[in-house]
Amino acid sequence: MVREEAENGRDDMLIDGDEPEQMKLDYALPDGFNADYLKVYYGKIFPYVDMSKWLSYGNDGKHPGCDHSYLGRREFSFTLDNDIYVRFQSFNTASELEKAIKEKCPFKIDIGPVYSVDPSKRHAYSQGGDNIFTPVEKELVFDVDISDYDDVRYCCSGADVCLNCWPLMTIAIKVIDTSLRDDFGFSHVLWVYSGRRGVHCWVCDGKARRLTNEQRAAIVDYFRVYKGNENSTKKVSLVGPALHPFLVRSYTEVLKDYFENRLLSSQNLFLNEERFEKILEMIPDESVTSELRGKWLSNKQSDVARWDQLKRLLQSSKQKGQGLRRCIEEIVFSFTYPRLDTEVSKHMNHLLKAPFCVHPKTGRVCVPINPKNCDEFDPSAVPTLSQLLRELNSGSFRGEGDNEWDGTSLGDCVRYFRESFLQPLLKSCKEEIEASYNAKVQQSRNSISW
Amino acid sequence: MEAVRSQRKSSFSNGGGGGVSTLPIYRSAPPLEVRLEDFELYAVDRLRVLKRISDGLSRGKKPDEMEKLVLDLWKTNMRHEHSSEVVNKDIISHFVLRLVYCRTEELRKWFLSMETTLFRYRFRDESPEIQRALMAEFDLQYKAVSNAEYENLHRIWSIYIGCFGYSYDQEIWIDWVPFEEVPELVAGRRVLIQKGNAYIAMNQAILCLLMKHPNDVLISIYQLLKWTSMIREQEKDRLTPIVEALSTSYLGPDYSQPREHAELSLKDIDQIAKSSFPLCMRHLFDKLREDHHLKHGGRMQLGLFLKGVGLKLDDALAFWRAEFSQKVGAERFDKEYAYGIRHNYGKEGKRTDYTPYSCQKIISAAPGVGDHHGCPYRHFSEENLRAALTRMGVGNRAMEDVMDKVRNRHYQLACTLTFEAVHNSTCDAGVNHPNQYFNDSQKIFESKKSSSNPKGAAAST
Ligand code: SF4
Ligand SMILES: [Zn+2]
Repeated sequence: MVREEAENGRDDMLIDGDEPEQMKLDYALPDGFNADYLKVYYGKIFPYVDMSKWLSYGNDGKHPGCDHSYLGRREFSFTLDNDIYVRFQSFNTASELEKAIKEKCPFKIDIGPVYSVDPSKRHAYSQGGDNIFTPVEKELVFDVDISDYDDVRYCCSGADVCLNCWPLMTIAIKVIDTSLRDDFGFSHVLWVYSGRRGVHCWVCDGKARRLTNEQRAAIVDYFRVYKGNENSTKKVSLVGPALHPFLVRSYTEVLKDYFENRLLSSQNLFLNEERFEKILEMIPDESVTSELRGKWLSNKQSDVARWDQLKRLLQSSKQKGQGLRRCIEEIVFSFTYPRLDTEVSKHMNHLLKAPFCVHPKTGRVCVPINPKNCDEFDPSAVPTLSQLLRELNSGSFRGEGDNEWDGTSLGDCVRYFRESFLQPLLKSCKEEIEASYNAKVQQSRNSISW
Repeated sequence: MEAVRSQRKSSFSNGGGGGVSTLPIYRSAPPLEVRLEDFELYAVDRLRVLKRISDGLSRGKKPDEMEKLVLDLWKTNMRHEHSSEVVNKDIISHFVLRLVYCRTEELRKWFLSMETTLFRYRFRDESPEIQRALMAEFDLQYKAVSNAEYENLHRIWSIYIGCFGYSYDQEIWIDWVPFEEVPELVAGRRVLIQKGNAYIAMNQAILCLLMKHPNDVLISIYQLLKWTSMIREQEKDRLTPIVEALSTSYLGPDYSQPREHAELSLKDIDQIAKSSFPLCMRHLFDKLREDHHLKHGGRMQLGLFLKGVGLKLDDALAFWRAEFSQKVGAERFDKEYAYGIRHNYGKEGKRTDYTPYSCQKIISAAPGVGDHHGCPYRHFSEENLRAALTRMGVGNRAMEDVMDKVRNRHYQLACTLTFEAVHNSTCDAGVNHPNQYFNDSQKIFESKKSSSNPKGAAAST
């Protein structure tokens, strides 16, 4: 059930109530990463305050409307250095959380849902017969993994990633982020580098946390354009009389630009016969494909030139019918459109790796990514554990603040997290708590005056 | 954008103003007294209309053809000798079917989409005054899109609307709800979403109004029950069977029972699969023989089909065991898979008899990696489909016709053409169900057999 992520490429795991709490995992210690380094990281750098402020969503305040049980009902899972996976950890206060992390020094921390009752005491509750132990809140999350793009990138494969294929992740961030904010009206969206091969997204608005599984699945389907299996070559099918404006917007504002100006030549999509045949397969018209094939086999041209030829020919043969109408768009979508791991998003009880964890294979910290300038994000420049410790020792970075992270290259990441994500989030949490408290007071007043 | 919008109070509901609509919006069950005979008759008439609409859609009729078809169907089937009864017939039949079709998700979806189509064309056919009056009716129930909101929405989306050769301008945006309330519409990208609000087009709005929310459905059932309590006591007992019967009639014939006298024995199965299985079943059958395994979706699709074809439970168990045991061992088969087969035959679990899948259901499946179910016309690549059709014996000329239908996404028509090509015969009814394909095929072979008897004169159709 639990799959080790470095091997199978998933940071999430779905596990239901009765799984054993401890399971064996196996990975070797990579260079530059070990438990001692991690101890120092957790001891001096990990931003506990910000993390627990985030996950308390304003309920750690003094306002009478605060729900002080809130943080304590959240599930955490630890993967420990002796390869043991421990689920259903819970912490009532920020300091309990900090103490446990420092003590246990987990290689990986996963965040699960907020349950109806304290998850570490779930057995006590299940005695009663009716199952009141159930997830009630969870951020809406997305997981995009570069290894799902292996059929459309030629520079790397599997878990590897370089600056030539990373733009695929940038595209995913741009398309999904825009839609989450503009279409769905969410405002507290956090993007995080997963430490190795992709990105995670946490949508933290109150109404996102309270979405039902059905509503989550609906959003996932709204984003989905990929269908099919081994019997079908065409993975993207843009059916229906009209392309939905969301898809049109993604196409005109992001996909087309990245396809034509970046990927086309950085991936050399038309370099040789094997590659261009993959594209010709998506055109259901023998005469068009054979004409193009003839040209390309006898001449050497740039990828851009070949793409232009293809476009011109398809556009001039528009009258040929429906099948060809969306070919150009379908090709662009196939090579660029975000590929989501849908299961993670659909179910409340999926766990996802916490931000600011350190990836045990790469030693890189899972830092937030600012979607506004995700173009500039370079995964190879993300601080590593050993780099942070070096900075800490040399003290060269030391800033004004009394936080140790302030003196390292993680400083900017934490500052971004705090100022651009956390502060606006807590402001709206406070408003929400106040509003619902006032409504309650009003209600009880009304019932008294009856 | 030619949106017909009105903030005025409805002139429709209070009867004044420009004309009286005959197009009801079915908000609540009618407080009418109705005889049980009519109850059934009306519903069957309406069902006939919906069924033909469904056929028309799956045959890929163009909008103008559909419009004519729908209006003609309506006129011929929904008449009543007393003109005063026409509206009642409309309302009653709608509510009876609604009661029947809210029972399962699949039925509900089918009913909704047919009713939506019907409503849409009838709406278009109304005069502008009546259209406006109807809009006002909607406005009363939902938060109407204010002019400012409307302009804003249009401004934001208009750059994208109308790209790629189709215009959303044809839709009339009437209303919004929080997107959370309409997950089905969000999932199908059937709404515009702006800052969390889902803007619903006229033709989708009816969908919401009809029975989007479970509560509404409950309310209308409740109302219907109250309404039916007006029916005399002894007639009430007759109501249940009618409702039951109606719920299975939507697919035309019920294929959960094998056809008369038909029995499929294991020794013939390979030969018959070759001659009379539609491509979807042929593919599953071949894959099963090849891999000795099928995933759940495939087991259901093929298993129920075989049941409909007349494979008895014991034979079915023997058939699946023979294949699966080569892969997973007989013991594991008995432990893990036999249950599912008995279940299909209503021998385990809820003991309901499962109905073989219709084309519509198969086509709308979403097979994933390693799956072989679904409709090959829809789910295969062109190359794989061509190869499969060649194996079925479809010749070059017919092949191009089939592929043409596929390209235009008329999968059932493609299947019909395949049928005609391999049987060298016509199939006027079209293919709506794999078991129907099978039965029609068998009929042709039987008549060929009898016509090759000395007595049989001319060749079959
Ligand atoms: S059209 Fe129907 S019978 Fe024909 S292959 Fe598709 S699902 Fe099967
Ligand atoms: Zn690369």
